[in-house]
Amino acid sequence: MSDLARLTIQEARSLLSRGEISSVELTQAVLDRILDLDNAVKAYLTLAPDLALEQAAEADRNRANGGASPLLGIPLAIKDIISLEGLPATCGSRILEDYVPPYSATVVEKLRAAGAVILGKTNTDEFAMGSSTENSAYFTTRNPWDLDRVPGGSSGGSAAAVAAGMALGALGSDTGGSVRQPAALCGVVGIKPTYGRVSRWGLVAFASSLDQIGPLARTVSDAALLLGTIAGYDPRDSTSVDVPVAGYAAALTGDVRGLRIGVPQEYFIAGIQPEVESAVRAAVETLAGLGAEVVDVSLPHTEYALPAYYLIAPAEASANLARFDGMRYGLSLPADDLWETYRRTRGQGFGPEVKRRIMLGTYALSAGYYDAYYLKASQVRTLIRRDFDQALEHCDVLLAPTAPTTAFKVGEIAGDPLQMYLQDIFTLALSLAGLPGLSLPCGFDGEGLPIGLQVMGRAFDEATVLRVAHAYEQATEWHRRAPALDGSEGTRGG
Amino acid sequence: MADYQAIIGMEVHAQLLTRSKMFCGCSADAFGAQPNTNVCPVCLALPGALPVANRRAVEQTVTVGLALNCQINETAVFSRKNYFYPDLPKGYQISMYDFPLCQHGWVEIESPDGAQKRIRIRRVHLEEDTAKSYHMVERTLVDFNRAGLPLIEIVTEPDLRSPEEARQYLMGLRTVLRYLGVSSADMEKGAMRCEANVSLRPAGSDELGTKVEVKNLNSFRAVKQALAYEIERQAEALDAGQRVRQVTMGWSEARGQTVEQRAKEESEDYRYFPEPDLPRLQVAPAWVEELRAALPEMPDVLQKRFVAEYGLSPLEASVLVDDRNVADYFIRTTEAAVERAIPPRIVANWITGDFFRLLKARDGEISDLQITPAALAELIRLVERQEITASSGKTVLEEMAATGRPPGEIVRERRLGQISDQEVLDQIVGELIAAHPEEVATYRAGKETVLQWFMGQVMRATRGKADPQVVLSLLEEKLKP
Repeated sequence: MSDLARLTIQEARSLLSRGEISSVELTQAVLDRILDLDNAVKAYLTLAPDLALEQAAEADRNRANGGASPLLGIPLAIKDIISLEGLPATCGSRILEDYVPPYSATVVEKLRAAGAVILGKTNTDEFAMGSSTENSAYFTTRNPWDLDRVPGGSSGGSAAAVAAGMALGALGSDTGGSVRQPAALCGVVGIKPTYGRVSRWGLVAFASSLDQIGPLARTVSDAALLLGTIAGYDPRDSTSVDVPVAGYAAALTGDVRGLRIGVPQEYFIAGIQPEVESAVRAAVETLAGLGAEVVDVSLPHTEYALPAYYLIAPAEASANLARFDGMRYGLSLPADDLWETYRRTRGQGFGPEVKRRIMLGTYALSAGYYDAYYLKASQVRTLIRRDFDQALEHCDVLLAPTAPTTAFKVGEIAGDPLQMYLQDIFTLALSLAGLPGLSLPCGFDGEGLPIGLQVMGRAFDEATVLRVAHAYEQATEWHRRAPALDGSEGTRGG
Repeated sequence: MADYQAIIGMEVHAQLLTRSKMFCGCSADAFGAQPNTNVCPVCLALPGALPVANRRAVEQTVTVGLALNCQINETAVFSRKNYFYPDLPKGYQISMYDFPLCQHGWVEIESPDGAQKRIRIRRVHLEEDTAKSYHMVERTLVDFNRAGLPLIEIVTEPDLRSPEEARQYLMGLRTVLRYLGVSSADMEKGAMRCEANVSLRPAGSDELGTKVEVKNLNSFRAVKQALAYEIERQAEALDAGQRVRQVTMGWSEARGQTVEQRAKEESEDYRYFPEPDLPRLQVAPAWVEELRAALPEMPDVLQKRFVAEYGLSPLEASVLVDDRNVADYFIRTTEAAVERAIPPRIVANWITGDFFRLLKARDGEISDLQITPAALAELIRLVERQEITASSGKTVLEEMAATGRPPGEIVRERRLGQISDQEVLDQIVGELIAAHPEEVATYRAGKETVLQWFMGQVMRATRGKADPQVVLSLLEEKLKP
């Protein structure tokens, strides 16, 4: 019964807890759907049906013995850049094609401890560098709303899986927008938590000072549940912060009266797709109608976010990716001397975008250029953070588009790195500031493609971000729409 | 040869004695373990693994900084030093660059003319060790057991002027590290490694010459020889009107010369930047003061105290302070001895004499011996009060070392107590004289060596325990005609 695969996590939880379905049934339904659809969508790099069913059976036994952990028996997908013991973690790269991590990320341990069932690993741009999954060394994931289009990236596999009903929820990672932008393009909810909110232990690093793992789901409530499960201080990650995790469910009151919402003028610029702007402006009106106060704000250094990001992130990446040297694991192409071994291994193991960023970053850190590039970018980052701090001093959240356009066609801008970088123009600044952001559906364009609304908040105040997003979601019907992948459904009940 | 002045700066790396590695929970003591068994995702640099700084290593580094009179920075930043090599698993080393933990310190050394000379310390920082490469004929193997061990790096200003000063500095530094208990500082085992920068300039000149880096200095002897060789090599080059090239040299023990390793004309760019996986270290001044208060008395201070308070000679004192365990042991034994009215000099004699011989014979550390300071003081008292002979004292000391039993017990059991009892000895001497009339006659006829024969007989009768002074006076008295 393939309808089960379209349940939200909260719906599935209540059916499971009432004994109306079993986790094995639910997991099997999702696996069946994956078998039906994933040839076309290509969300998964590794599928682990046996493992998933085993975990589902274990969850059912657990429940029979009185177990009731929050995600007990819920089938989820994990981005392939997150380590899970015993399953490959290619990170979308040839250089890790045969790499199987001997340990699991903290987030995976937390999901498993909460009873979740892991379906497999989802596609990503190589080492999370990209906005379309076209930089995956294996294949491009397709947008479930239009298979000729990209799902966004880099967590495009996770976003597409959730949108297509091939997972009830998923984890992605967001460095400059890699959870939010694919969530927007696939019409699902995605959260980039505050930097330090979620442990990075086991997340293969792209840019360490920016990377955060975040959940993708079909509703705000589901995303809140996943975030609450994975958040929290981890002594294995020195950059995780010891701030108590709020009870996010309690924040979902549906009430935004008394909240002040800022609309940053710099996020409505030339080049934005008109339908995106109008949908976001309409969403602001909706929230005003629910009793929120709306004010215009300015984040004056926004235009410098993209250049600053493309110095800092590649600089960190150039060091983070140095460990892939063919010596201990992964691809190794031995040659006559050491340097030729490095050249061959890395030359053939990395794709062009990864090489581009390693070169950018190496250059930005080089003697004589460090001050002008890396250091200057770090100073700009401080100014950007200050912009947000000032705006959020008198606003509870800020609202903006998540991406400047809806999903673009596969191959449409793949040859133009700068055009691709501009996909993240509305998400980069928040990443540099280390603040939490969420994308949720706020409409569809003329071609029936989803539009994302970005809700940005204060450090460690994911609760307020979720509260605003949830209130908007409750007042609208966008989240009820589902892509018509199998020709039979266009909307979803529940 | 023209007259040149050598300008030498030293860089020392020492392994810290922590329980775990610098950034992971693996043991810091994998000496002798099977290769690649003391490893984890962090020190193997598996994807997704993250470093967590070892607090104890930070504490030890600050302690060293304090002992070297450094300024302790309130904020220190770990940085990535980027380069590729198979022994460097992450492709970068986590080190410290523009914000080290400690800066601007100094130590004093005794220069060859006997004067105290101050050597400025530029910086002290913390970093991680690399893995160990084993170069075979056809391939190279890497053992990661050592990868990620905490290393402290101590860099001087170019204040040293001769190979002997360099050696003095290193020996002093080794003593300090050992005193603080932060490193074994054992050069032969690689726990302390050093590099030197050497340049020459004409005597009287203020300009610095081209500096040459000398590596592979694995012993104090190597330091002295390599620097002497390198100074002469540079002097010959300058005398010949050549330019000294900026190169890295390695000391070859076998060839007794420095050998060029690589040219440094295009200096390597390590692309340092702040390590984003680790927050900057905040060093609370109150914590620094706690560590300062807990610093042990340093060897130079201790030496002066031994001379002033205990009346030792400077040489004796310096021998005793060389090893903190020995100095501590000496102090504690002296305290116990003073209670027994034994002066410190006697204790010093014992420790630098019989006690050191014993240590050497057993090739052990002072902590391995089972002799408590109080027990040693008691033994010294027994000998000093002539309750046992000096030769019995040695026997007892050896048995104490072997068994840990108190000296009194050993003396009683082995009946080593010296016989000085007038009555007992009087009887023995009387009997001997009565039994040997011929010898008595010979003595009285003027052959005084017979006295020694009688003495030997008494000793034989008492199994060496007789007090020779008492016996001698008894014999002289009774043999008188």
